[in-house]
Amino acid sequence: MSWAFSNASLLAHLTGQNAYLALVPVLVGLAVSLPLGVLCARFGWLYPPVLGLISVLYALPGLALFVVLIAYTGLSDTTVMIPMGVYSLAAIFPSVVDGLRSVPEPVRQAAVAMGFGTWRRLVMVELPIAVPVVIAGLRVAAVSSISLVSVGGLIGIGGLGYLFIDGEQRNFTTEIVVGIILIIILSLVTDTVLVLLRRVLTPWQRGRGRISRRADIRAELAARPAGM
Amino acid sequence: MSFFSFAWQWLSLAHHWSGSNGVPARLIEHLEYTVLAMAIASVIALPAGVLMGHTGRGGFTLVSIANVWRSLPTLGLLVLAFISSGGASWAWLIPLVVLAIPPIMVTTYEGVLGVDADLKDAAAGMGMTSRQVLFKVEVPVALPLILLGLRTAAIQVVATATIAAYISLGGFGRYIIDGLATNNYQLVAAGAACVVVLALVVQFFFAGLGRLIVSAGLRQQARQS
Repeated sequence: MSWAFSNASLLAHLTGQNAYLALVPVLVGLAVSLPLGVLCARFGWLYPPVLGLISVLYALPGLALFVVLIAYTGLSDTTVMIPMGVYSLAAIFPSVVDGLRSVPEPVRQAAVAMGFGTWRRLVMVELPIAVPVVIAGLRVAAVSSISLVSVGGLIGIGGLGYLFIDGEQRNFTTEIVVGIILIIILSLVTDTVLVLLRRVLTPWQRGRGRISRRADIRAELAARPAGM
Repeated sequence: MSFFSFAWQWLSLAHHWSGSNGVPARLIEHLEYTVLAMAIASVIALPAGVLMGHTGRGGFTLVSIANVWRSLPTLGLLVLAFISSGGASWAWLIPLVVLAIPPIMVTTYEGVLGVDADLKDAAAGMGMTSRQVLFKVEVPVALPLILLGLRTAAIQVVATATIAAYISLGGFGRYIIDGLATNNYQLVAAGAACVVVLALVVQFFFAGLGRLIVSAGLRQQARQS
């Protein structure tokens, strides 16, 4: 414990770096998933091939991706952030499509009957209804990304992963345990923020208990991509 | 994309396909890690998931824990297990088992819990005991979802078993770690390609397994819905 206190500034720096390396790609993944998901929800035949391609990317070991990318982007933050973005895309994209498909047909028809055009219907009716499912995907993406960034420690850009590599070389378990705990805390905080965000964005769902079981299962199956 | 040409340049050389560092030998090691980790994780997660789904208890706790569980960093667990066991060669097993448990347990739980109540009533009405209902109705009906959980876990384990190489063991991770150490991108790309191909094979394996052991009636239903 005293080790953690005397190194507080290093730990704060690494935690910040870990959050940055992990969460910016999640936002990019969301930004790509939304239009792609809307397209695939509208044109159903697009979904299977796109999903197939994305799940292959998911199986790529993170470490291998890092090393291959070094050839192009060098030892920069981008090298770690690109794989995180790809993994985030793989977790968020299916949830966008699922969310849009979960919009009940009568709701869609009511919107049409009220004179909503395609775009207004999408932005004001369909996307808001999809929010809980999309956030389930976002939670998976954010939490796995935070813990996966640590693998970047092997190439020297890994946020809290630095503590694992350093702890291993110095044979010092405290450092490793502190790293694991900080990653768990960072994940919990991020997860809580996302749950709060869901509450704010879907006021009509309050007091209705948990979101659909399907979203939970989907989230668990998206589980997390390859560690290394 | 030059990733493929890198991988191809290395994989197309005949002498990379024999000996203790050849693809077949590394494949067998990689499969060993995967199968062992999956077996241990299944022994823990399948009964627990079935029991919780059958009794309907513990589900909320399970889903909440699964989320924290997911945040456990594999690399951190590996080095921790390696150091605190005094450098044991089985240290790779801990992070892989930890990784595989949540998808198996959660899908098994959700699958068994989600079995239609009418089906269970009908089975009980036919005179089945609670145990018979569980093994003759609930588990077979939940099987597609259980298999999906096993498949997800297996693919993650295949891709993550590369970590064994970090503590000086074999498997396809050897290519990745060695390639990293010697700046040999061809070797890294070849290792990654082998892992991806194996992950695809696992995917097909489970699809085939589903055809064999899931009841024909259920498969028909799945096609219609």
